[in-house]
Amino acid sequence: MEAIILQFLNGLDKGSAYALIALGLTLIFGTLGVVNFAHGALFMIGAFCAVTFSRLLNLSHTVVDESRTDFLGNPLELQVPYMYDFFGVNTGAAIIDWAVPLSILFAIPVMIGIGVAMERGLIRHFYKRPHADQILVTFGLAIVLQEVIKYFYGANPIPTPAPQAFVGSFDFGLMLGFDAGSIVYPYWRLIYFMFAAVIIAAVFAFLQFTTFGMVVRAGMADRETVTLLGIDIDKRFTIMFGIAAAVAGLAGVMYTPINSPNYHMGMDFLVLSFVVVVVGGMGSLPGAVLAGFLLGIIEAFASMAEVLDVLPGINQIIIYLVAIIVLLTRPRGLMGRKGVMEE
Amino acid sequence: MTDQTQQAPGAAAQPRRAQTANTGGALGLRKKDFAIFLLVIALTLFAPFLLNPFPGNSAMAQFNAGYPDLMQRFVIFGIFAIGFNILFGLTGYLSFGHAAFLGVGSYAGIWSMKLLTLNVIPSIIASMVVAGLFALLVGYISLRRSGIYFSILTLAFAMMSFALAYSVLTPITGGETGMQLQYFDARILDGALEPGQTPRASLFGLDMAASETLRFGAWSFTFNVGYYLAGFMMLIAFYLSIRIFNSPFGMMLRAVKSNQNRLNYTGISPKPYTLAAFVISGMYAGLAGGLLVAMDTQVGAERMFWTASGEVVLMTILGGAGTLIGPILGAGFIKYFENIVSTINKSTLEGWFSFLPDTASDIVVTLIYPFVGKGWHLTLGLLFMAVVIFLPGGLVQGTQKIATVFRRDKKAEPVESAAAEQRKSAED
Amino acid sequence: MGILEVKNVGKRFGGLQALGDVNLSIAEQTVHAIIGPNGAGKSTLLNCLVGKLIPDTGSVTFEGQSVLGRKPHEINQMGISRVFQTPEIFGDLTVMENMMIPCLAKRDGAFALHGYKQLLRDGEIVDKAEHMLEDMNMAEKRGMHAASLSRGDKRRLEIGMCLAQEPRLLLLDEPTAGMARADTNNTIDLLKQIKDSRPITIAIIEHDMHVVFSLAERITVLAQGTPLVEDTPENIKGHPKVREAYLGESSGH
Repeated sequence: MEAIILQFLNGLDKGSAYALIALGLTLIFGTLGVVNFAHGALFMIGAFCAVTFSRLLNLSHTVVDESRTDFLGNPLELQVPYMYDFFGVNTGAAIIDWAVPLSILFAIPVMIGIGVAMERGLIRHFYKRPHADQILVTFGLAIVLQEVIKYFYGANPIPTPAPQAFVGSFDFGLMLGFDAGSIVYPYWRLIYFMFAAVIIAAVFAFLQFTTFGMVVRAGMADRETVTLLGIDIDKRFTIMFGIAAAVAGLAGVMYTPINSPNYHMGMDFLVLSFVVVVVGGMGSLPGAVLAGFLLGIIEAFASMAEVLDVLPGINQIIIYLVAIIVLLTRPRGLMGRKGVMEE
Repeated sequence: MTDQTQQAPGAAAQPRRAQTANTGGALGLRKKDFAIFLLVIALTLFAPFLLNPFPGNSAMAQFNAGYPDLMQRFVIFGIFAIGFNILFGLTGYLSFGHAAFLGVGSYAGIWSMKLLTLNVIPSIIASMVVAGLFALLVGYISLRRSGIYFSILTLAFAMMSFALAYSVLTPITGGETGMQLQYFDARILDGALEPGQTPRASLFGLDMAASETLRFGAWSFTFNVGYYLAGFMMLIAFYLSIRIFNSPFGMMLRAVKSNQNRLNYTGISPKPYTLAAFVISGMYAGLAGGLLVAMDTQVGAERMFWTASGEVVLMTILGGAGTLIGPILGAGFIKYFENIVSTINKSTLEGWFSFLPDTASDIVVTLIYPFVGKGWHLTLGLLFMAVVIFLPGGLVQGTQKIATVFRRDKKAEPVESAAAEQRKSAED
Repeated sequence: MGILEVKNVGKRFGGLQALGDVNLSIAEQTVHAIIGPNGAGKSTLLNCLVGKLIPDTGSVTFEGQSVLGRKPHEINQMGISRVFQTPEIFGDLTVMENMMIPCLAKRDGAFALHGYKQLLRDGEIVDKAEHMLEDMNMAEKRGMHAASLSRGDKRRLEIGMCLAQEPRLLLLDEPTAGMARADTNNTIDLLKQIKDSRPITIAIIEHDMHVVFSLAERITVLAQGTPLVEDTPENIKGHPKVREAYLGESSGH
């Protein structure tokens, strides 16, 4: 029982990442009809927003401390972050410690900016082109973004820790009446899941309850009609692309303490996120979220030692297997609509 | 260079009068296709000369490409792209997992060398058969869907194959370290080797690695057995692809791309045609994989990674999807630049721009450096985007466009204005 | 017993009863028109005949064999060809190639793997396609890409492609929709000529009364998913129910 609850929890954080990326993919696909292979790169750029922001916070100047010496006997040179100068040592240190959550504020405008630039600069010209061309050009873009990041940040993963307050784990075992230590779950993963839930709820609420969201949903259902109504749907779609980029970016920001960001993390997640979208049903937002969590949890269960003993390596392929089975039995995915992407 | 989809109509236009023109070529090919085929034969035969135009001691030797392993790559990836083009170029189904067939072919090939014989012929046959069977399975499932679903399904299959090869099936694939030949492999047909002997792939005793070098002063040209075997295979593969393009089967595949609805209401089921195309292109990929093993007797799972699948898509698009010679040009272009650009380092660049004043040279080198050497993938990504944005028809179409600009003679214009009028009246 | 027998066919989409209880018999070698106002269920009925939709109830038989549950290409191979409202042709292929495909489908069936045989050496197919193009008066356009043809020519080509399969039943879905008067008249002449020159049954769904009364020998009027009346054109013209249900409404067209 403990093991099952633990794997369920383990599935949640990866599932959250899948769900957030798949949500953005579906938004873009549903509104613009574009298959965006560069979406994983947006996730990755989000993660590097956190890296950049924490580096910015850590910008330091050198202060010479005459009272102490280093091992060569010279006066000790200390790196003092500017943050200490601006806010005092204690507040400054706290700000630096909270770099990852604070990066959200930095990442939102950056990601929306990148998203809008991508839509205006590139994607827009591909609305009328075949899907194959859309896939290819965004694939090319994904490679470019990935290589640019690699050029500036190197190929190695960059550890980006969570705030001290969230380091450590939560003992669910004790809380639920099992043995202490039987279900240990890191705080940050719990936060990641809650964060994802909030973002997902926000996106749904936005689409459900705002006029903007209503127009976008109408546009997803029938683009032609909405255009005929005289609504400038293109502008709204641009904004939608920016939002989708921000969602992917925030997913990346918050994921950094779980997995140190590296330049190819976007591609790693992208392929799986596509599978998630297809399993959920192309163009279905609830489908994307549901399938994201479902596949995350299934993957976690497949990684259990007991399962691996019987079926070695099953955790590596389980998602693909599930996807193939789902597509064969329910060709439109779990919650797919008829007529979407069917030639 | 000719775009097949453009050319067939011209020849079909006056079949009765054209009958003589059609038989102008040999080997059952039309005159124009036969000319292309001859061109490819010539390029393949004389590649060791053509690719080594610069003397070995000059600064330009950097751009020589007449090395056996690079030339082998040109023709092997040419085969891969020719096969991919039969699927994508004709039917429009974009597979994003074709590298899986290449990898499966490679594994089949190396196992044939381990278990049966070091002779490359059984190994290549095994590669094609196994890759074909695997393509049949993947195609049967993936082709139940079309469009983007198809692309993602093939991608999922390829990633699954990669994961399997990389870890799960380590006993068969060697996992991370890959598979190599060992002296103690069973090889029931050859018998075991002595300890310490290196197993070498051969064609009835002819070592694949054997080379003959011809020197003219500073020039040196290498003729390699493996290259010529691979080149011969590519010529066969290319010939068959021309035949397929001009066959009723090829026309049906183009019809699938053009209008599946009409095809259905013409009493033709698209599915067996697409599946056949898928299996054929899978076998081409298997052949390429088998040849890779024949040239260099080892396999690693990374050749099944999805970036490898993306690369063959790029080769085909860059050369010109749906054209005959495009994929060969694309494969050569990509492999050449990959090899040349990725070996340029900072000191090479500094050498080139040393004629500039120091600061200018520094600036230029700094600007170019990110795109060469390890930055090759950045150049590749930009190239990918540039081709899709500016040249969707690839190099072949680009060349044709340039050619039409120069060839705007009296003959072409009336035809074009007539076509324009037709279109205009269609809009009325 | 007609060549096509539709018995008690019903089709429902969610809450909408698209077809109520359709009975229809199309006699061999006649031109039978199905008319009715928008939303009468004409297209739904047609889709049920060619296998695109499967009716909820009833039976459809062609020459005594049921077509239900068969795929569109199988129904086509039985001898039913369909012309679409907007011409469905192979736009990327040449006119000649467009014509060769149905010729191959007629000869080789639903699938034949001639991967090595050369298309232009297949004299039988080339000759037949060539003849069909001459019949359609399109021989001089054989080298053009089908997508660049005029609307009227696309329609001719599509009809020619259907005829190349030598169907026993030709279904036409508003073949003159969106056409200029001259093109409409050309199409009427073409269909008349087809009817006179070969043993073929034609079922036509049409909005344009001019086309209907120039061609049809029998007319079925469909309204709200059920046949209102079936009779000869002369009787239909004067039928009060028809005037009320349909002609009055559509006089604006």
